[in-house]
Amino acid sequence: MSAAFLNTLEVMANGLMAGVLYALVALGFVLIYKASGIFNYAQGVMALFAAMTLVGAMEGRVPFSHLINAVFGTEVHHFGWHLPALLGIALTIAVMVFFAWVVQRVIFKHLVGQEPIILFMATIGLAYFMEGFGETMWGSDIKTLDVGLPQGGSFAIEDFTATWAAEGERYYGMYIDNLDMVATVVAILLVSALVLFSQYTKQGRAMRAVADDHQAALSVGINLNFIWVLVWSLAGFVALVAGIMWGSKSGVQFSLSLIALKALPVLMLGGFTSIPGAIVGGLIIGVGEKLFEFAIGPYVGGATENWFAYVLALIFLVFRPQGLFGEKIIERV
Amino acid sequence: MSVNDNEPYVTADGRKIGGVLMEMKNITLRFGGVKAITDISFDIREGEIRAIIGPNGAGKSSMLNVISGFYIPQEGEVWYKGAPRPQMKPYEVAQQGIARTFQNIALFEGMTVLDNVMTGRLNHMKTGLLAQAIWKGKAQAEEVENREVAEKIIDFLEIQHIRKTPVARLPYGLKKRVELARALAAQPSLLLLDEPMAGMNVEEKEDMSRFILDVNDEFGTTIALIEHDMGVVMDLSDRVVVMDYGKKIGDGTPDEVRNNQNVIDAYLGVAHD
Repeated sequence: MSAAFLNTLEVMANGLMAGVLYALVALGFVLIYKASGIFNYAQGVMALFAAMTLVGAMEGRVPFSHLINAVFGTEVHHFGWHLPALLGIALTIAVMVFFAWVVQRVIFKHLVGQEPIILFMATIGLAYFMEGFGETMWGSDIKTLDVGLPQGGSFAIEDFTATWAAEGERYYGMYIDNLDMVATVVAILLVSALVLFSQYTKQGRAMRAVADDHQAALSVGINLNFIWVLVWSLAGFVALVAGIMWGSKSGVQFSLSLIALKALPVLMLGGFTSIPGAIVGGLIIGVGEKLFEFAIGPYVGGATENWFAYVLALIFLVFRPQGLFGEKIIERV
Repeated sequence: MSVNDNEPYVTADGRKIGGVLMEMKNITLRFGGVKAITDISFDIREGEIRAIIGPNGAGKSSMLNVISGFYIPQEGEVWYKGAPRPQMKPYEVAQQGIARTFQNIALFEGMTVLDNVMTGRLNHMKTGLLAQAIWKGKAQAEEVENREVAEKIIDFLEIQHIRKTPVARLPYGLKKRVELARALAAQPSLLLLDEPMAGMNVEEKEDMSRFILDVNDEFGTTIALIEHDMGVVMDLSDRVVVMDYGKKIGDGTPDEVRNNQNVIDAYLGVAHD
C-alpha cells in the first residue's frame, strides 16, 4: 500500500472516532427531544456540570467552598480524600438523577402543553443558570480529569501499521489516540444499551408512548412526570459519559459546554428523532471534516474544521430538512 | 322486575348483571362560572352496557372525564368497587382498571398497531427495570404472556391484517377500532367509550356496535359509553342516563327513557308558551 493511501486511511480512522464523540453529545439531545419535544440547549452545559462534579467528587473538593469561605471567613477547600473513579462516577450519576428530578419539578412540570419555543427558551435559561451554579459550586479553574483512561497514541497500532507501506517508502505508522478508541467502544455500548432499553423494556415503551401522545399515555396508566424524570436522568447520564470523554481529552473547562454547538449539525444530518441517526450523523461529520481538511484544507488556508460541519448541515437543510433518519414531515393541506 | 334494584339478574339474552361497580354521587363540575354538570347521580353495574346520552353540550364528555380522572369535580363523590375514590390523577385511575377511548382518537401515531395495543398492557408488566436487564428470562416470559393477550384482542377485533402498520396510515374507522383494542388490552374492569361511533358511516357504525356487544358478551366487560345518536344507543345498552344542559333528565331502560316526556322534549324541542 502506498503511503498516501495509508495517510488517507489514518485520517478517516481519526475522523470516525471524532465523529463518535460528536455523536455522544448529539445523543443527549435526541433522547430529550424524542420523549418530550424539548430541544435541550443545556445539554452541553450538563456535560460540563457532570464532568466538574466528577472531578470535584474524586478530588474531594468542598462544594461552594469560595462562597462558604467568603461568608464565614473560613479556609476550607478540600475534604482531604481521594475517591476511586468508579465511586466518583456513581456519586455523579446520583447527582445527575437528582438534578433531573429538580428540573422536572421546578421547571417543566409547570410548562406542560406550552409551545416548543417556550420550552426551548426555558432550556436556555437553564443552561446559563447551570453554568453559573456549576462554577460557584466547583470553581472556574481548569481541572484535569483522570479516571484512568489511557492517554496518547497507541504504539501497537503504530508499529503494526508501519509494516504496511510499500517497499522503499518512508512511513512511520498510523497515529491512533488510545482515548479515542476507548470512547468508540464506550459509545457503541451506550448506544446498544439505549436502543435495547427503548425497544424492549416496559419503561422504554412508556417513553416512546409519552413522546407520541400525552393524553393517550395518561389513559393507559403512564405517569408522565416519572417518565420525564427518567428521560432527563438518561440525558444526564449521557452528558456524564460525553463529559468524561471530552474532559479526559482536553480538560474540564468552560469550552466543554460549547461542544453542544458541534452537535447541532450532527442533529440536522441525522434527524432530531433518531438514535441511529445521531450516530451516523456524527460519523459523517467526523470523517467529512477530517478528510476535507486533509484534501482541500491546504489550498484554502486550513482551519476548515471550524465551518465544514455547518455548511454540510445547511446543504442538508435545503434538500432533506428531516435529516437522514428523522421522521418525515407530512402536513395535510 | 325492575333493573334499578341492586340485585344481580340475568338479561333476556343471557348475560349476567352484577352489583354496583361505580356510583356517581351528586357530582357538580364547574369551569369558572359555567356549570358543566349539576348535581348528577347514577350508578354503573357490573357486566352491563350503560349509555350516557344527550344533545350536544349536555355535559356527557365532561362526565366521562370525571370518571376517568381528567377532570376533578368541585362537589360530589365517585364510588368505585364499594369505596369512595380519593382524588386521583388520570394515570392512577387507569391503573385502577378503568380504560377509555377518546372522541378525537388519541393513539400513538408513530407506533404500529401491535405496539399501540401493547401499551395497553403496560400496567400488567411487573418486572422492574433492573430485573429486565439482568434476568432476561423472566421479563421475556412476561412479554410473551402480554403479547398473547394483545394478539387475542387483535384477532377478536379483526385487525390482524394491519398489525404491523403504523397507525398514522390507517383510515379513521380502523383507528377507532385500534383505540378500542388498546383499551381492551388493559383487561379493564370498566371500559369508557367516548362517542365510539362519531364520524362513522352506517356500515362502520354497525361493525362497531357488533364489537361493543361482543366485547361485553365475550369478556364480560362493563362498558359505559357516550353517544348523541339515540338510535344506536337504544339497541346497545341495558340502561341509559339522559343529560341536558348539565342536568340528568332521565335514567332507566331504553324503553323507559324513550317514553320519558322530558327526554322527548330535550331531543325534539318544546314550544315555549
